[in-house]
Amino acid sequence: MSDQAFAGREEKSDAKVTLTKGGPAKNEIVVRSSVQRLYGPQIARCVERTLQTLKVSGVKAEVDDKGSLEWVLMARIEAAAKRLFPDLAGEALPERAAPFAPTVRLRLRRSRLYLPGSNPDLMQNAGLFKPDGVILDLEDSVAPSEKDTARILVRNALCAVDFFGTERMVRINQLPAGLQDLPALVPQGVNVVLIPKVEEPAQITQVAEALQQISTRHGRHDPIWLMPILESARGCWNAYEIAAASDTVCALAFGAEDFTRDIQAERTLEGHESFVARSLVVLGARGAGVQPIDTVFSDVENMDALRASTKEALALGFEGKGCIHPRQIPVIHDAFRPSDDEIRYALRVQAAMDEAQRSGSGVISLGTKMIDPPVVARAKRTLRLAEEMGIDVQALV
Amino acid sequence: MAEMVVNAVGRQVPTEVNGKPQTPFLGVGKFEPTGRKAAPPIPALHQFGLDKRVPTLRDALEKVGLKSGMTIGMHHHMRNGDRMAVPLFDTIAAMGLRDIVFAPSALFPCHEPLIKHLDSGVIHHIEGSLNGPLGVYCSEGKMRGKGVLRSHGGRYQAIQDGELKIDLGFIPAPSADMMGNATGAYGPSACGSLGFALADSQYADKVIVVTDHLVEIPCMPWEIQGMSVDAVVVVEKIGDPEKIVSGTTQITKSPTRILIAEYIADFIEAAGYLGTPFQAGAGGIALASVKFIADRMRAKGLRAAFARGGSTKYLVDMLNEGLIGAILDGQTFDLDGVKSIGSHPRHVPTTPYTSYNYHGKGNWATYVSTAVLGATEVDVKFQANVVTHSDGYLLHGIGGWQNTLFGDCSILAFPLFRGRIPIVMDEVTTVCAPGEMIDVVVTERGIAINPLRQDLLERVKGKGLPLTTIEELHDIARKLCGKPEPPRIDRSQPVAVVKWVDGTVIDTIYRVDYGPKA
Repeated sequence: MSDQAFAGREEKSDAKVTLTKGGPAKNEIVVRSSVQRLYGPQIARCVERTLQTLKVSGVKAEVDDKGSLEWVLMARIEAAAKRLFPDLAGEALPERAAPFAPTVRLRLRRSRLYLPGSNPDLMQNAGLFKPDGVILDLEDSVAPSEKDTARILVRNALCAVDFFGTERMVRINQLPAGLQDLPALVPQGVNVVLIPKVEEPAQITQVAEALQQISTRHGRHDPIWLMPILESARGCWNAYEIAAASDTVCALAFGAEDFTRDIQAERTLEGHESFVARSLVVLGARGAGVQPIDTVFSDVENMDALRASTKEALALGFEGKGCIHPRQIPVIHDAFRPSDDEIRYALRVQAAMDEAQRSGSGVISLGTKMIDPPVVARAKRTLRLAEEMGIDVQALV
Repeated sequence: MAEMVVNAVGRQVPTEVNGKPQTPFLGVGKFEPTGRKAAPPIPALHQFGLDKRVPTLRDALEKVGLKSGMTIGMHHHMRNGDRMAVPLFDTIAAMGLRDIVFAPSALFPCHEPLIKHLDSGVIHHIEGSLNGPLGVYCSEGKMRGKGVLRSHGGRYQAIQDGELKIDLGFIPAPSADMMGNATGAYGPSACGSLGFALADSQYADKVIVVTDHLVEIPCMPWEIQGMSVDAVVVVEKIGDPEKIVSGTTQITKSPTRILIAEYIADFIEAAGYLGTPFQAGAGGIALASVKFIADRMRAKGLRAAFARGGSTKYLVDMLNEGLIGAILDGQTFDLDGVKSIGSHPRHVPTTPYTSYNYHGKGNWATYVSTAVLGATEVDVKFQANVVTHSDGYLLHGIGGWQNTLFGDCSILAFPLFRGRIPIVMDEVTTVCAPGEMIDVVVTERGIAINPLRQDLLERVKGKGLPLTTIEELHDIARKLCGKPEPPRIDRSQPVAVVKWVDGTVIDTIYRVDYGPKA
């Protein structure tokens, strides 16, 4: 038990809030900010209001601010208060930024941008870079000592940050601890929950049930999709069962780093050590009718290697790739883009299909060649992807 | 206090500054100059020898007859590596002189020691640019005279028109000969162009060249001509090379700034400006946009007749690749630029006379199609500020900013907010340019085109650009950051004025008042 607690960091776009017990009945507030002259009074008012919402009084609050926006400051105040008073249950939510938009089970999930759940600086603009999904991460990028502060920060981000239509994803902590992350986050609007280190289908049903209960409690009916991450031998071996464990699973993701450690191999650039596992993930996902998503590419400088790695993932059957820097996004999107020739061919197949339909012929032919049903299906998929990616296919004709 | 009048942008400006009568800003292109240009006294050849060297700085100052109350001009090509301004005023102080007016083309953090000479009375006030610690000093009302802020072109105009009489032009030069011919292209303190020193060499009553690299006569190319020079001093070191130019200019790694640079390139392409002459800034966003513009020109097989800059590796690469036909270089920012200006026949130094002067019969900045610039604030009327911050503090000079607004399309680019401080405001703290001079504002949250430029809007709409309005940008910034407190300034105490490119006064800067421990 201590009389003092703090949360946050004295870093760009963040604030360190220190609360000390035993102040006067009216809270005492000291603000030291890089934007003191322009926002000092507002920061003090925000502290006062947030403490009031949380029903905290009789503390001295010191803020060392480096240009944090209000939703960040509020998260830091609440986290410090909850550290000082562990029984404190209330929430101080910032103003909502944008209406929540639900997503469908199968959609473009080429790129997912990981954002450390403890770093507010990267969150505010993440949606501007137009990844298919942003992942607010509570797991590996957050130090064990910061799990409590990150959960509040991520909750406030879900509430106050406009992600510009990007799919909102949260990676919770490894089960069972990860279940504790859900109650605060779900009411703020989450499209996809990523569950790390999944090994058994029962873990999926456990999360799905927990989500169902929370949603019901808050009167929310939007679907929350699950993306189990398979990053162990056991998890990959059970890929199909895991993918089929719930109809809320939308995708299976592969995690290479933990996987190679689990099988006691070295991670190499060529990736022979994970070839079978990645194929198991593809087979399990496809077998259950969900999307296989490849691991994160973590070298942010090497765009050629990222392009090659993404092309390889595409060749193995994956539909998506994880990334950690915005500049990786266009490279990934470009690698998953059907080529102009593929699109042109698909358009010709489509035209042949239309022609066959008009003439009532059962046989689809292109020139002198008969077209098999899988080719037709592939052409349809190419055209659907092109449309989803916003490619003007007519311009290619 | 001088009488205040309201000028054409609705700002109160004094009718007199430091004892000199002033004309309020009348509107862009409304002030018609009369009279003849200023000129230095007529010298005679028999007063000068070929070898103008004197042993010390003090000898030189005594030789040219520096007196209390005189005005000294100096260029800023040594940037933050300058090692001459402070010794100059130390020497003047040791000579017992006072009340000098210092009129450099810009100042840098390395000039903070000048504060002691302002405190002691050796320097009366500074005209030109006041930034960093010297800006703070002026903002807090500690300078005896009023600051007069001028653009690079405005400095040339003021000297040429006789508004700003330079008694002594003080010219640190990376290479010079005994006669005073000088260049910045080589020498241990090489800085590239020496263009900012032109006005001083042409119009000052007396001229001193200081070098740490004496070369055999004649020093070539003679950007500064020995026929203008009274005395030459050789010192051990005029600057710190690593602070004069950077090794290689790096493109910003900030994803947000890169996104803004991409939007700029998108806009330039959509508006049909790709392959036309452009102004290349060296700020983070502007520099990144140059790279994207080069990529697109290459992809489309386009070529521009010239680029004005701020030369860096990226501009030099474009020249060598044939994407641009010439570099008209106002100041050279990195070693690649310095090397190129010293060797490539179509990479030439320019001066504020050729690039920026508004009281001339042409200038290159006016003939570029696009210029990408920054700002500390812009408001919903597209008025923009580059000198003060939203808290009222004067922290930056104008540089060439006002002058480069005269191209066909001026683009202000910045993140919508910086460390919670919004850039798009209801009303700028200080007007450095009227709204009609700003054509486009590019931020990570959209591109706003000045409604006065319907032609631009027509050219780019329907081409997938994230178009928005300045009001919308203002509202987004306000929602994210909250409403900032107004600056605490004392409007009864002007501390500086901002000149427009024609010498009229566009706005006033006031003393800030945040109490003793602001």
